[in-house]
Amino acid sequence: MLVTDSKIKEIELKAEAIRETVVEMLVAAGSGHTAGPLGMADIFAAFYFYILKHDPANPAMEDRDRLMLSNGHIVPVRYAAMAHAGYFPVAECLTLRKFGSRLQGHPERLRMPGMETTSGPLGSGLGQASGYAYGARMDNKKFRVYCFMSDGEQDAGNTWEAAMFAGANKLSNLTALIDRNNIQINGMTEDVMPLENLRAKYEAFGWHVLETDGHNINAIISAVEQAKAIYEKPTLILAHTIPGKGIKEIEFDYHWHGKTPNKEEAAKFLAELRTMKGKIQSEHE
Amino acid sequence: MAHTRDGFGRALLELGASNPQVVALCADLAESTRMLAFKEKYPERYIEMGVAEQNMATVASGLANYGKIPFMASYATFSPGRNNEQIRTTISLNNLGVKIVGSHAGLSVGPDGATHQALEDIALMRVQPNMTVLSPCDEQEAYKATLAAAAHPGPVYIRLAREKTPVMTAAETPFEIGKANIVWEADHAPEVAVFATGPLLYNALCAAKELEHAVPTVVINIHTIKPLDKEAIVSAARAAGAVVTVEEHQVAGGFGGAIAEVLAAECPVPVEFVGVRDQFGQSGTPDELIQHYGLDTASIAEAIKKVRQRKG
Repeated sequence: MLVTDSKIKEIELKAEAIRETVVEMLVAAGSGHTAGPLGMADIFAAFYFYILKHDPANPAMEDRDRLMLSNGHIVPVRYAAMAHAGYFPVAECLTLRKFGSRLQGHPERLRMPGMETTSGPLGSGLGQASGYAYGARMDNKKFRVYCFMSDGEQDAGNTWEAAMFAGANKLSNLTALIDRNNIQINGMTEDVMPLENLRAKYEAFGWHVLETDGHNINAIISAVEQAKAIYEKPTLILAHTIPGKGIKEIEFDYHWHGKTPNKEEAAKFLAELRTMKGKIQSEHE
Repeated sequence: MAHTRDGFGRALLELGASNPQVVALCADLAESTRMLAFKEKYPERYIEMGVAEQNMATVASGLANYGKIPFMASYATFSPGRNNEQIRTTISLNNLGVKIVGSHAGLSVGPDGATHQALEDIALMRVQPNMTVLSPCDEQEAYKATLAAAAHPGPVYIRLAREKTPVMTAAETPFEIGKANIVWEADHAPEVAVFATGPLLYNALCAAKELEHAVPTVVINIHTIKPLDKEAIVSAARAAGAVVTVEEHQVAGGFGGAIAEVLAAECPVPVEFVGVRDQFGQSGTPDELIQHYGLDTASIAEAIKKVRQRKG
């Protein structure tokens, strides 16, 4: 066991708080994506409250770990995680997608301190993270570069160009993570454009591949720790997640990829989220 | 005669020595984009991308985000052609100091044909906020543009040609991003202002010289297409009362379009556009193509005469 039970519990509660904030901000915004952010809440909680070396009071801290979010459309979960971590007031989350807000519909580095890059158009995050990791390695920097991707953007050629580049250059300071929730806008990934065997594909491109339950905090942390110990190649963590995790009506339903709950739905969803504290852990016991 | 791409390669090699943050990325075209000398001298700062221009843009973005000064080179049809969205989102919107070097731009690529003759790269790059667009007229100017790009904090596009072209500027000719240079002025008050960009400046000068006694002109080298030197352009247009633009690129959305936008707003005078008109290129010698598409000295001279008549 790498982390204490009480720490795990604490991170799980953060994940719940993040989920609640995500639902509240999506209702306030009236547009955006629901399934992806909810499905990634546990991973973002594990990163912002345990894994990442970072300082919310000093987002530009030189030796911070860099987290590149390639699939920018799930950024509400990152905003929520950052707010709960102390980057900005949680109340500001309700300005998501509003005119004048730093919380753009898709993330922009220049508007939001701590947002490592600008993203949204799919398939271009892994290349950016690879370039960043390449530059950092040239200067013997010790921080790590993380890149979160969706499974849908594995359709994009640029993703595979980057996978080839990172593998060829053995960028071991780079850890990528795919939110393997099996949905994309048009339906199930294996119906839209089959991706499997993702593990074999990345391995063939020179990556070390790990798989984890994307809702088990302990397993997420353990996978990242293993990735840090791989010195000869970049590591991919295939994180198996449930889209919409935490709200039964949304879970597994690809129709919730690109829409937001209305006020009535949100009230119901928030009630559901507030009665489930600790439930996620128990599912894995 | 010399290659503009050689001016780039010469400057990049110097930057290798003078600026340790400079890195070079290339999409399998190190020799023809003239990155080869840098690659050989600074192999640890040369990054091979393979034939992957989209990834080259995103990796360069990451390197610049980290703190490097990346120069990324390919043919202009592929970069900024194929990777336009990656440049838009990860470089321009991100306002990261990547230097995009598009070689083999224009018709004068010659025998390779339309697939390799970039005629829309100026248009693609000049509509992106934060992007600076440089179009040097000769080898000397390409050298200076490269050094200036490295010193400029934001993203820059540098347009280069394949063929050897006349060298019109000297080492001491001033070069400042955003500052147009008057290259030639008739003895009499100019009746037509000729704005040229890139190596076709030579044809513009030949046309001006040819018409020296018939139509007095002023010929201005616009090496920076963005930001345009509006002051110099408006002042020359106002003084002459008529304008000819010259570019090896589509007129639509290109250099001529950029000049017309300024003049329409600030100094509406008759304009004749010398450039490619909604057509693709084809195989041929550079001279054949320049003549066929109406970018030769005679065509520029015709445009000068025509626009003077239009002044009415």
